[in-house]
Amino acid sequence: MPAVSKGDGMRGLAVFISDIRNCKSKEAEIKRINKELANIRSKFKGDKALDGYSKKKYVCKLLFIFLLGHDIDFGHMEAVNLLSSNKYTEKQIGYLFISVLVNSNSELIRLINNAIKNDLSSRNPTFMCLALHCIANVGSREMAEAFAGEIPRILVAGDTMDSVKQSAALCLLRLYKTSPDLVLMGEWTSRVVHLLNDQHMGVVTAAISLITCLSQKNPDEFKTCVSLAVSRLSRIVSSASTDLQDYTYYFVPAPWLSCKLLRLLQCYPPPEDGAVKGRLVECLETILNKAQEPPKSKKVQHSNAKNAILFEAISLIIHYDSEPNLLVRACNQLGQFLQHRETNLRYLALESMCTLASSEFSHEAVKTHIETVINALKTERDVSVRQRAADLLYAMCDRSNAKQIVAEMLSYLETADYSIREEMVLKVAILAEKYAVDYSWYVDTILNLIRIAGDYVSEEVWYRVIQIVINRDDVQGYAAKTVFEALQAPACHENMVKVGGYILGEFGNLIAGDPRSSPLVQFNLLHSKFHLCSVPTRALLLSAYIKFINLFPETKSTIQEVLRSDSQIRNSDVELQQRAVEYLKLSSIASTDVLATVLEEMPPFPERESSILAKLKKKKGPGAVSVNELEEGKREGGELNGGGERGGDSSAIASTPSPSADLLGLRAGPPVTAAAPSAGSLLVDVFSEAGRSGALRFVCKNNGVLFENQLLQIGIKSEYRQNLGRMYLFYGNKTSVQFVTFTTTVTCPGELQSHILHIHTWNSLEPLIEGGAQVQQVINIECLTDFSDAPLLNIKFRYGGALQNLTLKLPVTINKFFQPTEMASHDFFQRWKQLSLPQQEAQKIFKANHAMDTEVLKAKLLGLGMALLENVDPNPENFVCAGVIQTKAQQVGSLLRLEPNAQAQMYRLTVRSSKDTVSKRLCELLAEQF
Amino acid sequence: MQFMLLFSRQGKLRLQKWYVPLSDKEKKKITRELVQTVLARKPKMCSFLEWRDLKIVYKRYASLYFCCAIEDQDNELITLEIIHRYVELLDKYFGSVCELDIIFNFEKAYFILDEFLLGGEAQETSKKNVLKAIEQADLLQEVSTQSVTSEHLCKCIATPQ
Repeated sequence: MPAVSKGDGMRGLAVFISDIRNCKSKEAEIKRINKELANIRSKFKGDKALDGYSKKKYVCKLLFIFLLGHDIDFGHMEAVNLLSSNKYTEKQIGYLFISVLVNSNSELIRLINNAIKNDLSSRNPTFMCLALHCIANVGSREMAEAFAGEIPRILVAGDTMDSVKQSAALCLLRLYKTSPDLVLMGEWTSRVVHLLNDQHMGVVTAAISLITCLSQKNPDEFKTCVSLAVSRLSRIVSSASTDLQDYTYYFVPAPWLSCKLLRLLQCYPPPEDGAVKGRLVECLETILNKAQEPPKSKKVQHSNAKNAILFEAISLIIHYDSEPNLLVRACNQLGQFLQHRETNLRYLALESMCTLASSEFSHEAVKTHIETVINALKTERDVSVRQRAADLLYAMCDRSNAKQIVAEMLSYLETADYSIREEMVLKVAILAEKYAVDYSWYVDTILNLIRIAGDYVSEEVWYRVIQIVINRDDVQGYAAKTVFEALQAPACHENMVKVGGYILGEFGNLIAGDPRSSPLVQFNLLHSKFHLCSVPTRALLLSAYIKFINLFPETKSTIQEVLRSDSQIRNSDVELQQRAVEYLKLSSIASTDVLATVLEEMPPFPERESSILAKLKKKKGPGAVSVNELEEGKREGGELNGGGERGGDSSAIASTPSPSADLLGLRAGPPVTAAAPSAGSLLVDVFSEAGRSGALRFVCKNNGVLFENQLLQIGIKSEYRQNLGRMYLFYGNKTSVQFVTFTTTVTCPGELQSHILHIHTWNSLEPLIEGGAQVQQVINIECLTDFSDAPLLNIKFRYGGALQNLTLKLPVTINKFFQPTEMASHDFFQRWKQLSLPQQEAQKIFKANHAMDTEVLKAKLLGLGMALLENVDPNPENFVCAGVIQTKAQQVGSLLRLEPNAQAQMYRLTVRSSKDTVSKRLCELLAEQF
Repeated sequence: MQFMLLFSRQGKLRLQKWYVPLSDKEKKKITRELVQTVLARKPKMCSFLEWRDLKIVYKRYASLYFCCAIEDQDNELITLEIIHRYVELLDKYFGSVCELDIIFNFEKAYFILDEFLLGGEAQETSKKNVLKAIEQADLLQEVSTQSVTSEHLCKCIATPQ
């Protein structure tokens, strides 16, 4: 390749890139970029028409700037212009820009699609390919709509050049992935399948990706591809390493195509036709044989390509799961890789063997490698490889090797990476339960687990051991003895105390015959841990104590004394205090019979799937298990030990933030001292502008300066609860001269007075305000039904003989009476749908007046008084809120959705309420806020 | 394949190709996270790792990391060789390619990639055919008298470490 092609003369671009590279700091880089952006902008805007070359250069610079991570908001039009240039390089740069910086601006998409259409029909293969690449890179729905019909025609047409066919195939694949409904293969299906027979290997390589994807979705329509794929594969596998010329890669014939063929076959069951199947088995055997041949090259590329095919073949063998001979051979091959010096191969072998372990034909063969796998777990230096080894041990575990594997996993846990400990703990717990022959081994294992990795033992694990001990009476005595011994350790994990407390509380009597574990010794042992434990564990221990009183009457006085002590009965924790008080009373009042009934041994738990398994499934992948089951498991655990979880209620009280919480920090200090945003100059305009915008400024906040001029400042502070509100007005005299005959009146114009808003002023003002002084007035507000207008505040006073007269709107808006409502995503959308009448919805699209800062938006929405709901809208950029407006007459539920579009600097606001006037009014109020 | 990233040892992104629709914000987040993860790995570690629900396949050539994200059922080893073939293509085109070639001729790097992979799938695996396509395109461009003041570069990418 000639070196001249390196830079096709865009000197300015090279200079610019050099400049950027020479920048010593991020700031310098940004400065240089801004300079360049300004330059390009002026060039694009300039009167002089730019020639194609300059346009190309500038578009390329913009692209470079974008790829550095900066935002680009212009130049799209110039790039689109380049598309219709007849100079190839200009067209090419235009397409590149569009591919990288797609913009869903519909105006542009239409122009882009036009250009693409022209190029597709140009009959110039190079231009056609460019256009197809662009469609494949963008892959938008608009493009699918425009071209999904045309591209299959190009793909199967007899006179289409090979390179165009290749691009068309993959272009169609991309469109199918984005908009499967628009890509209709129908009549083309069989001709597309027959591309597998194409003479050109490149065409086959490209087409097979499309065929595989289509086969996964419509296996029946494409099933003729199986025999074609087998014969193609067979020809490749049996070819000499030079037959395929440039499609041979490091002595391996067509590795990419081979992998894709094997992958396609995995979409189908084994071929029914005996001949086809025989041919395929032959291929698979050849591939396995080749793995044993000495390498034709020492290069890693050779072995990688060869092994890529081998692993894909093994995947197919596992997928069929019907050829014992091949399965065992695959397993042996993987066994060799387990000790290969290439880390990559060891990793893949472990991974692949995991699936082999689940096949009945190869399970035993996999098991023979147990020592190697254990060794990998111990010695691999890369945690991702160790993880694979642990997975494989878990997969190959059965009754015969469970003890060994669990022991190895336990000992690995002591040094395991933190990232995989929790999963390891779950796996050990599951294996121990699943393959327990005698339950004493199970109990030992779980207690060991708690000892070694207590912090990673989740509730499910220790709940489960208790469930099993309760349900199996043959293990109860052993369990009691073992926990008793485990608790002897000077430092034992809190989870151990929980299990110990529970089990001794239930079955301590089974070991009480031994003087070394007499009731008092047991109790003292438990109680010695008490002060080290958290509140839930202490609560559990208190329940164990009351059970002790029932099991061992001789411990009654000691335990009562403990319960009676100030640290229990006056404990600041309500739950502990309540338990202490109740248990103390219970033990002193109830007869032995009653006590024995109340504190009876727990009944067996219903058999169910281990909640641990559910947890592991959940960790491994969402959707594998229903969350309900998990929750049930938890609840079941919560009922352990009779005492129940009474503490739960108090913590369940949701603390919703007060809607009137002052978000803008204006609460502190009298409002007069708060800085006035628009001071002074309002004297003239008081009645129109200031009054209006003044009131609107308070939609999302309750406190602040309502009005200010050179004489007077009016501060406001308000609070609302349900349908009631109270507003404090502060009138500050800014002059040194007193105001006389100072009077204020609040009026509700029109309907407002009679039946919408009920207002009365609480205290009448002194008619005199001294210079520099401030007086306060309180107004009570009651909302009767929803309303739109605001009450007016009229102020009259004399200043130096001149009469001053102002009228302001009071910032009382309907949203002030919101009660926030928290709800889950599901509920939100359900209610959203319920409010589907056209008049219930109000929507506005408006330009942003302020910077679109997420935090500011959140603060404003909270200030609005609704609950801001997180994780409800699938698009995290959007905001949704819910609340109920409390009026005396009725409650009006309202939902809100705000969708910012940062690119366009626009918002779309949608409000739905059970009352149409409310939706409308809220929308009006809010449209001014952002 | 879902995306391919090229970045330097210093964590500078040199090329990014996304085959799934993602917002710019997501792309930046993914890039940041992955660059960090991959750079933190030691030389002898394996070239594959699980990341979110994807498999990452990466390989270092001199100062550059090539990193691909593939789906669960995709083949790791063949992806490793996709990376290698792309490096070979760049090498052949630029004549002993190095990081600076890719910086200064980023558009070429994209064009070559588009000839080789399309929509995340191999389109043409023959080195000859890919280069022929690029060559033809180069012939179409006007002969330019300007030359690039490119620094003389060390030829370091050609052989993988």
